[in-house]
Amino acid sequence: MDYIQNSPDDAAAMLKAVGAASVEDFFTSIPKEIRLNRPLNLPPGMTEQELLAHMEELAARNRTTESCTSFLGGGAYSHFIPSLVEQVAGRGEWVTSYTPYQAEASQGTLQSIFEYQTMICELTGLDVANASHYDGSTALAEAVAMALDHSDRNRILVSAAVNPQYREVLRTIFRQLGVEFVELATFEGATATSGLAEFAATAAAVVVQSPNFFGVVEDLAEISRAAKAGGARTIASVNPVSLGLLEPPGACGFDVAVGDAQPFGIETSYGGPWCGFIAARMELIRKMPGRLVGQTVDDKGRRGFCLTLQAREQHIRREKASSNICTNQALMALRATITMSTLGREGLRRMATLSLQRAHELHDAVTSVPGVSRPHQAPFFHEFVIQTPVDPDLLNERLLARGILGGVDLHQSYPDLRNGVLLCATERTSKADIERFRAGLAECLKDPR
Amino acid sequence: MIVDDTALIFEKSRPGRRTWMLPEPDGAPAEKLIPEKYLRKAPPRLPEVAELEVVRHYVRLSQKSFSIDTNFYPLGSCTMKYNPKINEKIAALPGFARIHPHQPASEVQGALQVMHDLQGYLAEISGMDAVTLQPAAGAQGELTGILVIRAFHAERGQGHRSEVLIPDSAHGTNPATCTLAGYKAVSVKSNARGGVDLDDLKKKLSDKTAALMITNPSTLGLFEEEIVTICRMLHEAGAQVYMDGANMNAIQGITRPGDFGVDVMHFNLHKTFSTPHGGGGPGSGPVACKKHLEPYLPVPRVVKRDDAYALDYDRPKSIGRVKAFYGNFGMHVRCYAYIRTHGPDGLRRNAENAVLNANYLKSRVAGRFQIAYDRPCMHEFVINGNPLRKLGIRTLDVAKRLLDYGFHPPTIYFPLIVPECMMIEPTESENRETLDAFAEALMKILDEAKANPDLVHHAPHTMPVGRLDELKAAREPIVRYKPAGGDDVVSRKS
Amino acid sequence: MSRPSDAKYSETHEWVIIPKKGDAVVGITDYAVKQLSDLVHLELPKVGDTLEAGTPFGEVESVKTVADLVSPVSGKVTAVNKEVIDNPDILHEEPYEDGWLIKVKITEKADLDSLMDAKEYQEFIEAAEEEGGEEEEGRTKKAKGKEEDDVDEDDFV
Repeated sequence: MDYIQNSPDDAAAMLKAVGAASVEDFFTSIPKEIRLNRPLNLPPGMTEQELLAHMEELAARNRTTESCTSFLGGGAYSHFIPSLVEQVAGRGEWVTSYTPYQAEASQGTLQSIFEYQTMICELTGLDVANASHYDGSTALAEAVAMALDHSDRNRILVSAAVNPQYREVLRTIFRQLGVEFVELATFEGATATSGLAEFAATAAAVVVQSPNFFGVVEDLAEISRAAKAGGARTIASVNPVSLGLLEPPGACGFDVAVGDAQPFGIETSYGGPWCGFIAARMELIRKMPGRLVGQTVDDKGRRGFCLTLQAREQHIRREKASSNICTNQALMALRATITMSTLGREGLRRMATLSLQRAHELHDAVTSVPGVSRPHQAPFFHEFVIQTPVDPDLLNERLLARGILGGVDLHQSYPDLRNGVLLCATERTSKADIERFRAGLAECLKDPR
Repeated sequence: MIVDDTALIFEKSRPGRRTWMLPEPDGAPAEKLIPEKYLRKAPPRLPEVAELEVVRHYVRLSQKSFSIDTNFYPLGSCTMKYNPKINEKIAALPGFARIHPHQPASEVQGALQVMHDLQGYLAEISGMDAVTLQPAAGAQGELTGILVIRAFHAERGQGHRSEVLIPDSAHGTNPATCTLAGYKAVSVKSNARGGVDLDDLKKKLSDKTAALMITNPSTLGLFEEEIVTICRMLHEAGAQVYMDGANMNAIQGITRPGDFGVDVMHFNLHKTFSTPHGGGGPGSGPVACKKHLEPYLPVPRVVKRDDAYALDYDRPKSIGRVKAFYGNFGMHVRCYAYIRTHGPDGLRRNAENAVLNANYLKSRVAGRFQIAYDRPCMHEFVINGNPLRKLGIRTLDVAKRLLDYGFHPPTIYFPLIVPECMMIEPTESENRETLDAFAEALMKILDEAKANPDLVHHAPHTMPVGRLDELKAAREPIVRYKPAGGDDVVSRKS
Repeated sequence: MSRPSDAKYSETHEWVIIPKKGDAVVGITDYAVKQLSDLVHLELPKVGDTLEAGTPFGEVESVKTVADLVSPVSGKVTAVNKEVIDNPDILHEEPYEDGWLIKVKITEKADLDSLMDAKEYQEFIEAAEEEGGEEEEGRTKKAKGKEEDDVDEDDFV
């Protein structure tokens, strides 16, 4: 099958107009010896009806988070998605446009990004946000590049409580550039701040996450003070939902905030596409990577929006650019923007507060089960770590048999947290879910083997 | 298209207006659960609007943007083809959309099968041995591929190789990628036919060369006639060949990079395989490579063991992760669906018709525009706009005037080696009448430039705004809305 | 615009004036400013930074491009023109006076030998303009093959 409009007659007429005998005439620059002289070895084409049936069958082999009770978080969050998001962001005009190269014909895209940038600034308490990144992990890498670009130092201090996958991405991206990553230890689940100022005096930046990977709320103001004393830049990876309640990085003195807007109207979709965000103080605007939308006026003095400060970007700076990012995640940023508009101030407060409350209720229920212990005592937002006598793999298998998707297994990333499991609740977690989990967990822990 | 409504969502906000998405929190108050010092002093000023306002605001904004669904969009090197509606429906199925990336492999066998089989399809289309779907976009694919090459050289004691050769017609991401990968980008000249200048290549090639990064077909819309020789030269010098696969649409099913000597390449699923561009993203940039580079691909790898699909983290030589989780999975689903729809014959027909459309459109305008390299093109062709100056107009003017005719302009001022250039890629999706109408509009603009130059200089005339003051935007950057009254930053401490 | 005769010029379009007393003054030429057109931003070194002749000491950015500023001399930066950073338009009006960029205490005298005087610089940019133009036309002419003559209005029938 295909979606080609021209009929064989059209094609014949077009060939005639060009003066070609067949399309083969156009491919003469491809040497004969490298031509593929057979059809590609792929399954035959399908009609739409056949395709849909095939894909529904594949989709049915996945267990959705809706079909069971899920307590999975760890960087991907199942929040309520307003019904209008799919319909409005799903419009063809949004879905099938491209980067707003021609500003006059892309005012919709540009204005929506301007609104997104504003909302990210409001959430993070910072001055400037760009048009978005692939995800939270690559946004963090870009923030580190900004700090390195701004400093003679090439050491980065990274809290051990930053998402382990994000830290892996940092290693991949910067290993060959001679950047040294030094891990900051945690105490009670929070990044240890004693001696940080001294340590920071050798570093280009201090990177923390809040709430961190253990769900713990970091003392950003204290970390910022210590890092500043050492002359290091400060970068916080944050959960945007938590910023409905928690003091934002900008207000705590941080230079750069990053994160993933996935919790706002973006499906978990097995890890992507999502929407990384990055925001910074105004003095760093020229170090900011990626696309940036600015407000200006047209030739009649009317307000309009365009891509701006493009001399920062790879298409102009080429080998001197400090990032190679080309586009952004506009459609995902749009979903986040529409969701934030729909939630509004009150809705965001509710989403954050309900997530906080359900997580604490879950905590109280779970810790009442014999055998469950908590490694950390620091305040947490909507995730927390438990330890049990049972191997997490086995525990999750037993829970699954009861229709429950348990927590994230911390074994690989944090072997010191023996049998550690990260649990998450959001506003979608009901009190009944919590009770089901408590009861199920109690049964699963009866036999420790 | 014109809608008289220019207010920002923030300007439509009124205290007390709201939607009803979530219930009032009924548990312990936040102050009881989190120490006061961590709590926000002032809420983020998200807009306060009711549901209809949100819907109307963003529906109206959508109407202020050109898109494939509404306009011909011949943006060169971007492959703005039709994005099938069925693929959107499929990607939104709960079985694909509502699965969590930390779910155990046993619970997401369908998702892993899609990824695994898609890897196989892309390997077959490219003539390569292994594929990773992890990179989130073409630029990230480039970085992944170059880091893979770097790891390969390092393991073979070739760590001294420090340069990557890049033809001067390349996209800016190529040199930027090399710098990020710790390599020095060295530019190689193009020859008069638009191909790589072999003499210059010979001159730049040395035992310091790690790789050549080549776009084929090139950004000039030309297939590199000497590609076999070029790849051989690189290999004889102990270097690798990276191919930017941005323009795969022209050659799918016709020829394969793996068969002409490429070692590693990336695909742009949003170009060749029609995953929607979404106003600038999400993209998806899978990387395909030959067997000798497979050990270095990012972890995890999606593999099939016996009858089950799994994620394999045990790859000691891997460069590591390039992003969280497994890539832009929603795009993988759409791409898989697109390839299954087309099958081998459909993909080949796409290439043939993309090339036919480009050559037809080229022939329609060649009499009045100067074609930069006038030989049969692949999926796109480039106009040299320098002669326009004699009519007192520039390529930018033509582009803006096209908007008034309802066409999105081609890519302009790229590639950098053709002055005042216009790069036109009609794709296989468009019919003959659309191509004719576009050609006529282009030619009519030349007539207008003679008869009524002001009309062209001040275009567009029918858009929601006229030409924007980019200098003002850059000099006095306003990159966020600030409410009148000046309380511009929330509860700032320094 | 007349260029000062006491200045020396580089192939990368910087100028330097070395007064009898005091530090060298460095800026960019009117030709460079014209080529860049709409200037947006200047990135200049700090007082005390060390410069090496022939290497970049900063950047000048316009709406659509960015260019390195290459130091014509080696030495230490003793002053930076704050006003031109705040208002790059000064460069359009007075690139050789109020538009100076930095002052440098020179460490190596020999640097100047490789630079041009005003007359040589004028010849240099005229040659560059001509060459650029020819190369452009030449490329397209060659590419277009046999039937094409000079590009002129006849192309637009």
